[in-house]
Amino acid sequence: MSSAVVNPPAVADATPDTSALTLSYAQAAALALSEAMQADPHVVALGEDLGRGGVFGQYRGADGRALVERFGPERIIDTPISESTIMGAGVGLALAGMRPVVELRVADFALCAIDELVNQAAKNRFMFGGQGRVPLVARLPIGIWTASAAQHSQSFEAWFAHVPGLTVVAPATPADSYGLLHAALASGDPVVFMEHKELWSMQGPVTPGVHQPLGKARQLRSGNDITLVSWSRQVHAVTEAADALAAQGVGADVIDLRSIWPWDRAAVLESAGRTGRLLVVHESIQAAGFGGEIAATVAEHTAARVARLGAPRIPVGYAPTLESVARIGAAQVVAAALKLLQR
Amino acid sequence: MTDLLSLYRTMVRIRAFEDAAERASQGGVQIWGQSAAADAEPALVKGPLHLSTGQEAVAAGVCAHLHARDLLTSTHRGHGHTLAKGADSTRMMCELFGRAPGYNKGKGGSMHIADFSVGMLGANGVVTAGLPIAVGAAHALKLRGEEAIAVCFFGDGAINRGPFLEALNWAQIYRVPVLFVCEDNQISATTRSAPMTAGTQAASARAEAMGIAATQVDGNDVLAVSEAAAQLVAGIRAGSGPRLLHALTYRHKGHVSVDPAHYRDPAEVAAALLTDPVTRARERLAARGQAAAAADALAQAQAEIAAAVAFAKAAPFPEAHEAFEDIATTGEGAWA
Repeated sequence: MSSAVVNPPAVADATPDTSALTLSYAQAAALALSEAMQADPHVVALGEDLGRGGVFGQYRGADGRALVERFGPERIIDTPISESTIMGAGVGLALAGMRPVVELRVADFALCAIDELVNQAAKNRFMFGGQGRVPLVARLPIGIWTASAAQHSQSFEAWFAHVPGLTVVAPATPADSYGLLHAALASGDPVVFMEHKELWSMQGPVTPGVHQPLGKARQLRSGNDITLVSWSRQVHAVTEAADALAAQGVGADVIDLRSIWPWDRAAVLESAGRTGRLLVVHESIQAAGFGGEIAATVAEHTAARVARLGAPRIPVGYAPTLESVARIGAAQVVAAALKLLQR
Repeated sequence: MTDLLSLYRTMVRIRAFEDAAERASQGGVQIWGQSAAADAEPALVKGPLHLSTGQEAVAAGVCAHLHARDLLTSTHRGHGHTLAKGADSTRMMCELFGRAPGYNKGKGGSMHIADFSVGMLGANGVVTAGLPIAVGAAHALKLRGEEAIAVCFFGDGAINRGPFLEALNWAQIYRVPVLFVCEDNQISATTRSAPMTAGTQAASARAEAMGIAATQVDGNDVLAVSEAAAQLVAGIRAGSGPRLLHALTYRHKGHVSVDPAHYRDPAEVAAALLTDPVTRARERLAARGQAAAAADALAQAQAEIAAAVAFAKAAPFPEAHEAFEDIATTGEGAWA
């Protein structure tokens, strides 16, 4: 690592820690939630199917038990299919002193609760002049989930990054799922916590007690030729691409942004200023995606050349031949990086 | 304080507040097909101002049975609910004028009037949005075993949005302590509600379809509202689960203060004004030999609101830096 590295790698990529557990991405979040519920009786979770451990098992501990068995149905609340009121009741619970975790099943369904999230939760603290706060964590699972087609595959991080009052987080590893969920729960304001549906089973080291700060990126690879910025599941394809580039003699900084808003501008500007090339890669649609904000900021503040790589502006199709058109693999990242290096 | 004179005091305070706000909203506004006169003074209350003039008995009759620890959500037409819940008229008027001493520091205005310190969790710019919030607040009260209840005011237009069904269903399945109050002024913005709404007595009927007992009341009879609310609130405090009060009333003014409401039949308006809840309460007080006390209450209310207007007029606007405060990371400063 060069001395220019702003943020040391998180524990997931550090030297083995003997106190680390090996957990899945889903179990890591369940551990963070159960620790927070144990520590604070005001923390409750509400959403569809939570009583069976959640639709993806993310409300089930590493021992296989659903959290409801430990905390009871009054704190792990099974709700009707009422997205507006799941989110709206979350706002009311928060205003009345609770710390709700609101499960929306998939981000696509959160669109049924968009008023409650955008007009109510996000605006409350400001609009009422600081009389109240809404310490609410909204879990909105994102991303392509094999063969789930157009209404169960979307990544909306750019939508919510656009809304003042919302913090937006998208962890890529079990360690960050654990560490960032703790930070979201502690933040005191609404957080949109976007977990990737194809990462639930990913295993990795998680050290209890090691929380991760909001707004801080994580550096996975170090190099001086190009900066690759990504988040969520796309980080793994980008890391694979960086290794392929290294084999060709191209050194890449790989930055996992982790928080979409606030985003770690200092880390990205430092890296892009040094390498002179920035490629932002995200699974979500490239047009009006958050990569555009990052690329524009880097272009405004450094001499770096910038490029974006995101999905085409198409709904995710069902057939594998269609779905694959919306996915971005390591080979495409390598090709985009090489093209940028030649500009 | 549920005696008629106390209820009347609350009503005339609301009426005086609404009348003063209405006057302050006239002037340099261009909205609703109205153009400002070239020589008009700029309005002191800018933007949409939704008046509850004519609906005072519902706010007064219900809130008379609430304590500061009880939680309340309201609508875009929420000044009356806020005053009746115990908020200070001067800080409310400052908020309408966009001034720094306002409850929201001038960040919300009329549509977001609130006083969290008395349990008034906010008017709301979105129809039906208060119902899920009230239900969540009631859910929190139940989880913590508190004696308080939540109350949610909404209009007849709100019952045609999905969150109405979701919130009532939620309230009933979890049996949370919430009173839904449908303040039925018979009009949704500028459109009559009846032809837009399936079924008859729809607010009550829809609640009863979910097993939530509904009570209908003449919403322009403050004693009738108060008596109905007394029973419902006591029942909810004793664990009855959610209840709905359907109060029939009439909006004297347009949708917003500068809307002349020409879409209404003048004969209908004239007939409705004969049932004005403030007049009816005053006549009843006079019949009980309390005419002088009623006159005193009116004079006090008018003096209180005149002082509120004078204070608000002289109060400063918030500093520009306030635009970046009371919010999680905005990006200002570090992101400039």
